[in-house]
Amino acid sequence: MCGIAGMFNLDRAPVTPESLRGMIRMLAHRGPDSTGLHLEIGVGLAHARLSIIDLAGGQQPMCNEDSSLWITFNGEIFNYVELREELLAKGHRFSTRSDTEVILHLYEEKGEDCVQYLNGQWAFAIWDNQRRRLFLSRDRLGVRPLFYTQVNKAFLFGSEIKAIFSHPGVTREIDVHGLDEVFTYWCTIPPTTLFRNIHELPPAHSMTVDAGGIVVRPHWENQFERESEVVAPSRERRYADELLQLLISATQIRLRSDVPVGAYLSGGLDSTLTTALAKKHTNARLKTFSVAFDAPEFDESSFQADAVRFLDTEHQEIRCSKNQIGEVFPDVIWHTEKPVLRTAPAPLYLLSRLVRESGFKVVVTGEGADEVLGGYDIFKETKIRRFWESQPDSRMRPTLLRRLYPYLQNLQNQPDAYRKAFFSINVDHNLQPFFSHIPRWQLTAKLKLFFSDAVRAEIGADDGYSKVRARLPKSYSDWDSFCQAQYLETKFLLPGYILSSQGDRMAMAHSVEGRFPFLDHRVVEFASRLPVSLKMKVLNEKYLLKRCAAGLIPPSVLQRHKQPYRAPEACSFLQPAAREYMEELLSPEQLQRDGIFDHRAVALLQDKFRKGTAIGIKDNMGLVGIISTQLLVHQFINHFESRMAPHGA
Amino acid sequence: MVLKDELRQFVTDNLMFGKPCDGFADDDSFIERGIIDSTAVMELVAFLEQRYRFKLQDRELNPDNLDSVNKLARFVASRLEPKFAAELGPGRVLLGPGPLQFAGKNGPGT
Repeated sequence: MCGIAGMFNLDRAPVTPESLRGMIRMLAHRGPDSTGLHLEIGVGLAHARLSIIDLAGGQQPMCNEDSSLWITFNGEIFNYVELREELLAKGHRFSTRSDTEVILHLYEEKGEDCVQYLNGQWAFAIWDNQRRRLFLSRDRLGVRPLFYTQVNKAFLFGSEIKAIFSHPGVTREIDVHGLDEVFTYWCTIPPTTLFRNIHELPPAHSMTVDAGGIVVRPHWENQFERESEVVAPSRERRYADELLQLLISATQIRLRSDVPVGAYLSGGLDSTLTTALAKKHTNARLKTFSVAFDAPEFDESSFQADAVRFLDTEHQEIRCSKNQIGEVFPDVIWHTEKPVLRTAPAPLYLLSRLVRESGFKVVVTGEGADEVLGGYDIFKETKIRRFWESQPDSRMRPTLLRRLYPYLQNLQNQPDAYRKAFFSINVDHNLQPFFSHIPRWQLTAKLKLFFSDAVRAEIGADDGYSKVRARLPKSYSDWDSFCQAQYLETKFLLPGYILSSQGDRMAMAHSVEGRFPFLDHRVVEFASRLPVSLKMKVLNEKYLLKRCAAGLIPPSVLQRHKQPYRAPEACSFLQPAAREYMEELLSPEQLQRDGIFDHRAVALLQDKFRKGTAIGIKDNMGLVGIISTQLLVHQFINHFESRMAPHGA
Repeated sequence: MVLKDELRQFVTDNLMFGKPCDGFADDDSFIERGIIDSTAVMELVAFLEQRYRFKLQDRELNPDNLDSVNKLARFVASRLEPKFAAELGPGRVLLGPGPLQFAGKNGPGT
């Protein structure tokens, strides 16, 4: 795993090695092992390497035999062994054993369609000097990041926005539309980012840049074309067998590495299963890592211990306190490059530090199972609301809402009348495509009352989720609500938050690469064809996955109630390590200078926390969102130069 | 400050952070106006219990009692211990033998 950056001057103006070095230096955390540059007239590619495959021969940027193609690549192609064999049979000659070279030869063979053949996680740029064209691509699910901008005749790209900002020609301004998206969907919707004129290449998209302009195209889409809902027991067995075989294969190829691979173990079904499968296919004693919390409502260490005993792994954990979350939060936001409404990335930042200090560069994790195989409470919520909607006057049906979010005490304590109001089934006709997500989005959007009048005026009126609507596939309206909810989660929140703010950015902050068997596209496509009843049988989530996992993981983990990964929230900022910076960032003077939030509203929110009366989800999300936004402004707008790596670093 | 104004102030400051929605009237439903979210009702209850020194029973936790400024004021007035009402001071809330009277500028339903 690595960091990539580059520049393409369409007017052929020379690219200086200093400017390219300045960009890649900002990504040193992603690739501390070596740095490489390639310069031609008007073009520069840069690479910061984390050596994992072909340690001796995999230096980048890398070229083909006649130097007509150059690549800078961040990621892993897990089926590179098979692709290499096929390419060799077609007469291609390789000078390294790396997966990087496989992409180059596949591009020679298939052109821009080469990405159709890749099984992996990637963000890369190929410079085709015969056509003077840059080809960039990003993997199907959005595991690896890629951002770009254009300044006059210069096209710039990088794994992280900070690399682009290091170029002196790029201006740094907050894009309030990106802010609006985070305070609605919990993430930005590509190509929008938190910064004006900085764009994100969406997952499953490729782009070309040449004298004719910039063209962005999708190369994959997740489609739900379900087989019959009627599932005989024998058919159910076949589905379970097929899923298990796919997961074994997905895990096996994700163990391909020239350095040892470890595993994250949360204590839940998904990571315990991926650990079990990794263990089965690793000769060495598998090393596992986990987060434990001082606060018992977040702590899953007893289940982690069960899994460690059952799977006999060598285990290490970090015990995370509220104070530590507050302490590392500014660095966390430096890496997320967007506001977050939850502190959950912070413990994962501490975890990747532990992994790195233990000498590991690669971990297998369970991300994606909830989205792909139906694990989240939002899917359960959707099912219950649709069930209630079919008989709106029923008194019994809405009582099922009590089954939702059992781990949220305040939500559980509220009276039924209020629960019914929150999980309302009265959704306007034009918002029906978003039936599943309306309660969440509407609740989150209430946080926008903290925005200053100027920001609210610039954002304008509610647009009915038009941007998300524009990205839905044609067949979306034919799917039932459960699949629509899965699509929305997988398309937007998974890449925009789970895989980035909690995933790539936290792991790569300490040069650790995550690998996700559940996000192998074969698994995703298989799951999208499954009958809904096998993903959630009545209200039993991840039903088919549990069938697969039986016997492979400890019974206590298999049978436990699902508890999503969470961390202590806004209370983390009332601890000694954070109090000082919080008060500085949220002072009326600073808020007025930055102009994003209404200082009077923020003062009332802070007052609630000081008095201990802030108990709601909205208050918690509000404070975390406001602090993280202010940290972004502080680090990326007001004081970016002080965070730039010194020359020679 | 009279009871209704105090309740309105609490809702405005703590649930709307000083930014009342346009035309927020004393009879407007908190639920319909989106003022009460998934957990805010618990916050409201905690405030009522602490400020007015009575315990809400489960059966009282319903929109008939809690879903507008006027409903809240009527409910709180009906539940206030006379001794505590007196402690709040003259003019805070008027409890008489007949229909409830409120000391604010607008009576119920206005």
